[in-house]
Amino acid sequence: MEINLIPFVTILGMAAATYATRVGGLWLMGQVRPTRRVEAWLGHIPGAILIAIVAPAIVEGGLPAALAALATGLAAWRTGNLFVAMAVGVVAVWGARLLLGFLP
Amino acid sequence: MSLLAEERKGFSPVGALAGARQALALVPVAMAFGIVYGMLARQAGLTTAEAGLMSSLVFAGGSQLVAIQMWTTPLPVISIILTTLVINLRHLLMGAALYPWLSQLPRWERYVSAFFMVDESWALAVRARARGEQDAAFLMGSGMVLFVTWVSATLVGQVVGAIVADPAHWGLDFVSTAVFVALLVAMRQGRANLLPWLTAAAVAIAVWHFVPGKWYILLGGLTGSLVGAWQDGN
Repeated sequence: MEINLIPFVTILGMAAATYATRVGGLWLMGQVRPTRRVEAWLGHIPGAILIAIVAPAIVEGGLPAALAALATGLAAWRTGNLFVAMAVGVVAVWGARLLLGFLP
Repeated sequence: MSLLAEERKGFSPVGALAGARQALALVPVAMAFGIVYGMLARQAGLTTAEAGLMSSLVFAGGSQLVAIQMWTTPLPVISIILTTLVINLRHLLMGAALYPWLSQLPRWERYVSAFFMVDESWALAVRARARGEQDAAFLMGSGMVLFVTWVSATLVGQVVGAIVADPAHWGLDFVSTAVFVALLVAMRQGRANLLPWLTAAAVAIAVWHFVPGKWYILLGGLTGSLVGAWQDGN
């Protein structure tokens, strides 16, 4: 059971921030209604964050990562199944690295 | 008056059980997702206790997966916490949607219920409410099933992750990118995403290139979503 101090503080901070958002909606929204623009903003956050993680990761991963991301996207689109898409992505990146000589 | 009193009492084990029963259908997906999280947490260097603690205290899968991406040495504490906050801001809207229901409850029931509000339990609760469910413990009941699933799946994932010695050799370092790509495909709403997502990608790549640390995630996400809000407003 090993918990280090800095990770522990980070996890506590994440927990406090997350709980604040959960209670905050009940708290705040009793007083004020969010404007449509605020609602639109909140709705766009998850997708934008994911793109912000994925785009540099693909740039860093080069051609194999780009090809595998494409394969993952196609699989997700065709099957609608997260785990099938994930498996396709992993196999694709493995295969692409092997074929392109990028295997670490 | 009698109706009001009845609504006030609407927080019972029966309601919690109804919520729990409906959440059972979502257990397999939550389980698989939790195993993936546990594996990735292992890869990122979290101990089993840390990964388990995060799943039990934060209990928000998307933001936990993102935090794992940022888990480098030295740990970027502030940017991880801020990014978690921003990702989970959507809870404000979810809470607002349930406000009419939960605001009738005594304070502690409300605050405990809020902890169990995750995307899935929220969606179930909104649907149940629309179908005439009166008992506000429904949310807590379904959230508890998902909580137990999420925490135990995290631990399973940690064990699975420990077996794989060299994840990159098998392409498993690509798991998180693949999961995020698949989530994005599921989230897409056609042309409305084009400008915000391109902005997020461009800003993220630029910041990633020039600024050390993990700020590119927060900055890319913020600019992209703000462009989306601006676009929707016009």
